Amino acid sequence: MFFIDAELIRLLAFVLGVIGFVALNAAYLVWLERKEAGHIQRRIGPKEVGPFGLLQPLADALKLMTKNLITPDGVDPILFKIAPILVMVPAIMSFVTLPFSDTLVARNLDVGLLAVFAFASINVLGLLLGAWGSRNKYAVISAARVVSQNVAYEIPMLVIIVTLVMITGTLNLHEIVTLQTGGFWHWNVLKFSASPLMPVAFIIFFICMLAETNRAPFDMAEAESELVAGAFTEYPGMGFGVFFMGEYANIVVGTSLATILFLGGWDCPLGLFPGVHWFLIKMYALIFVVIWIRWTYPRTTFYGLLNLSWKILIPVAFFNLILTSAMLKVF
Amino acid sequence: MTAYFKEIISGTWSLFVGLGITIVYFFKPVVTLQYPHETLPMTPRYRGHIDLVWDEVRGTNKCIVCNGCMKACPSNCITLAGEKAEGGKGKVLTQYTLDFTKCSLCGLCVEVCPTEALDFSKEYNLAGFDEKDYVFDLLKRLEAKHS
Repeated sequence: MFFIDAELIRLLAFVLGVIGFVALNAAYLVWLERKEAGHIQRRIGPKEVGPFGLLQPLADALKLMTKNLITPDGVDPILFKIAPILVMVPAIMSFVTLPFSDTLVARNLDVGLLAVFAFASINVLGLLLGAWGSRNKYAVISAARVVSQNVAYEIPMLVIIVTLVMITGTLNLHEIVTLQTGGFWHWNVLKFSASPLMPVAFIIFFICMLAETNRAPFDMAEAESELVAGAFTEYPGMGFGVFFMGEYANIVVGTSLATILFLGGWDCPLGLFPGVHWFLIKMYALIFVVIWIRWTYPRTTFYGLLNLSWKILIPVAFFNLILTSAMLKVF
Repeated sequence: MTAYFKEIISGTWSLFVGLGITIVYFFKPVVTLQYPHETLPMTPRYRGHIDLVWDEVRGTNKCIVCNGCMKACPSNCITLAGEKAEGGKGKVLTQYTLDFTKCSLCGLCVEVCPTEALDFSKEYNLAGFDEKDYVFDLLKRLEAKHS
């Protein structure tokens, strides 16, 4: 009899599930973004295609896919084609170790947090290669901005992560959540026994997450009013579509990570009925805030962006690190 | 040093104020009018292209074919023709065409008309693919409206 390993089936189910989850989110976050933007500006947003415009992402995808995939003259053909994939794939890879609930995790790595950050840093490389391969001056300016922005914002983010790892004593994402179970007063965002600055640390992490995913007000990569479309200028049809989906996939990864690290993952605020639904509620609430922020603030200047990181976020993050280590030593 | 902290705190506060404003707007009702599905009531003094007026008493148009409107028109967009009325005096309108591609909606034809046979219509859904779509036969329009 033909025998299939149970582990193989599990793996296949997770691969399909994760790709489906990312694709569905990438498609419907665009819809959510347009709806929310509409209502903030007191419009309705998409409403014609399907009930409440729910089929709009399908129509958009169809439109992008019918377009001719032009490779412009003078571009580097390999880099030009590989760049969108380099943005999309790491975002999907990060889901390997993100725990959705107590049992729903593809691979519970002991260095899960490190793995997620390793994958997340490839995103910038994808944008850089795509912009360089495009051989377009706007794209190159955009790439230079993105790289310096990501270098600047990875430092406060990682300092906050170091603080968090000092408190939890583990890099395993599943264990980090397990340590926070039992009600919202156990969550890392309110762990005042470790450091009175934990809410500030969460805000810094959130700001850095926005900057790392190139979301407004830090969307220097695609500053459409200054740089046409930045790194995506030369990309036609679905090449641009994949970049776009990669951006939303990265937002899902970022908000999932914020949920796991600071908001107790799948833990219920009052300690009742923990499960994957709480994870999703928290994640989508954070995504709502991300979109809300985009439609509230105008784009910062590039100097303002770097000043914020080097003059405010990094000193505060380091102060938090020192304070936490002192408190951990004393108490 | 105090200025540095003051800036951080006031800056953060101003960001939250901004978020507060947008979330209030988020929950306010939408103000856009979904035009093809819903329309505002038409204002009574709206001036669309001209239209012939129906005479309730005589059961026809009020035009006496004086050609006043044709002469008054600065864009030469009105053409009309008439013939001698059967068994009576005066003339009867047989054709009245308006070339709306040239019309500037000045309303001189309406002002000049001695019998108030012309009026502004309330038509504004006037998109088309052909120039000929805008040559209106106003007599036919009038008959279509009252048949």
